[in-house]
Order: sequence, then structure tokens, then C-alpha cells
Amino acid sequence: MNHGKQNDDKKTIVSSFYKALRSFGTAFPVLLGVVLLLGLFRSFVPSRILSAVFTGDLLRDTVIGSLIGSISGGNAVTSYIIGGELAKQNVSLIAITAFIVAWVTVGIIQFPAEAGILGKRFACVRNVLAFFLSILVSIGTVKTLMVIQ
Amino acid sequence: MRQKREPRNAENKGKKEKTYGIYFLCSIIFLYLLLFVLEPVNLQKALRASWHVLVHICPALLFIILFMGIMNCFVNPRTVSKYVGKGSGIKGWFLAVCTGILSHGPIYVWYPLLRDLRNQGMKSGLVAVFLYNRAIKIPLLPLMVHYFGIPYVVILTGLMIIASIVQGHAVEMIERQISNET
Repeated sequence: MNHGKQNDDKKTIVSSFYKALRSFGTAFPVLLGVVLLLGLFRSFVPSRILSAVFTGDLLRDTVIGSLIGSISGGNAVTSYIIGGELAKQNVSLIAITAFIVAWVTVGIIQFPAEAGILGKRFACVRNVLAFFLSILVSIGTVKTLMVIQ
Repeated sequence: MRQKREPRNAENKGKKEKTYGIYFLCSIIFLYLLLFVLEPVNLQKALRASWHVLVHICPALLFIILFMGIMNCFVNPRTVSKYVGKGSGIKGWFLAVCTGILSHGPIYVWYPLLRDLRNQGMKSGLVAVFLYNRAIKIPLLPLMVHYFGIPYVVILTGLMIIASIVQGHAVEMIERQISNET
């Protein structure tokens, strides 16, 4: 009786992990595609190009910051380092914040994976909202900071 | 009848997803082949960078597969629905914020797990909240403090949590509206 239950448990565990592997296997081609796309982005778009596009106009720079953050991908550390460099070049803090927030919340490079796995509608709605929220969050952060200081 | 149809729908979705993935991967490989002719030096750099990313995410991928297996073993749709489903309330939002902040690895390795959870009843809004809060990385906060100072980091983190909840509600509202129309 006990032996039978142990066998059932074993079967459940094996089938659970098989199901997990199969589920992950379905998503693997698109994940691999995103990794290859990230490689292309890293080697073809150097960070100095990213910092050269800011103009000095607050509103325009904020939108540009969000746009560049959205199309960029990779570790968040990179966005902090580029953000730090932009601050040294006197780019406005609102634009830098929009850039950093969009970098980590909007994912144009990951979009094919998100749309393929979680659905096109969900991915579109989430990324568009994240783009506009990155602008609002950046304005809110800098204005609050100004009030406090 | 409905129970029989649901697994078939999930299977069809899986097939569709795999086909989409293969087409996407093929198009990227085609792009690589094209760049091999046009920019062979930069392409080598790109391949090296991709390999570096792949090696870097390997532990996270293994963790996610293990986590998905454990979830399949112990978590059923009723549990998912209780904690992050339609009736989960504030507890669900709180859980999505906390797990989003605490989760590690690149965002895209979490998609398959989130898809499985959503298929089991997780709200789309909470999926969005989880994904947004992944942007808050506790181990990286000291570096951000180094560049921008403590007040900036505290305000930004707080506003990002608020923005994630706004986004979650907006996603749900839009999805509800679209499904009502169709």
C-alpha cells in the first residue's frame, strides 16, 4: 500500500518536471532569439551613440530618454553607468530618470518573446503603459526631490 | 465537455507559440547570416556577447525550470486563484510586488512560468505588476545610490511601486474592455 503511494508520488514528480521542461522547451526558441538579438544590440550600438542624441530641451530629452531606454536592453547596471555619464554631460535628471526607468520596464528587444509567450495584446498594452509611466515616474521623482531639497 | 476543450486549447496555444518562436529564431539567424557577409568583425563580437549572455542566464534558466517543476507538483489552479487570482484582493497585489522585487535573472526567463501561472488563474494585472517590479533590483540599489544619492533612490523606488500598481489596474481595465467588445 505504502509502496504504491511512493510510486504514485514518484510518477507525479517525474511528470511535473517533464511538463515543466516541455513548457520551457516551447518558449526556448524565442528566448534564444532574444539572446541573439541582445548580442547584436550590444556590438552594433555602443553607449557613446546613446549619449550623443540628447539635445538640451527638457521635454524632448525626456521623451528621447524614454525611447532610448525602451529600445536598449541588458543589465540595469549599464543603464546606471550611462545615466551617471549623462549627468556629467549636464543632461537633465528627468531625462536620465526616464531613460533608466524605461531601460528596466519597457522591453522592445524582449517584445517578441513577451508577445509570443504572454500574448500580443498583453505585451503591447504593458509596454505602451510602461513607456508613458517611465515619463510620469521621472517627472514625479525629480519634482519630489526638488521639493524635499 | 469544457474540461476536455481546455487542455486542447492549451495544446494549440503551445503549438502556436512554438511555431512563432521557430519563425522568430529563424529570422534572427537569417539576420546573422546577412551581417556575416556585411560586417563579419562586429558579428563575431555579437556572437561573443550573445554567448556571454547565455552563460550568464544559464543558472537562472535552471532555477526557473526547477521552480516550474515544483509549482506543477505542489501548486494547483485553486491555490493560484486563492493567492493571485480574481479573489486574491490586496494580498495578491502585495505578493506580486514582493515577488517581483525579489525575483532574479533577466525578465524574459520568467515569461514561461508567468504564462503557466496565468493559465492556472493568475490575473493579468498581477503579471504586469510582477514584471514592473522586476525593475527594482535590491542588490543594485547601492550602485544607484552611488550615482544619484539616497533621496533620489528612495523616491524613485517608491514611485515605481506605485506605478506598477497603476499599470496592473490599467492592464486589467484595458483587457476587460477589449474582451467585452469582442
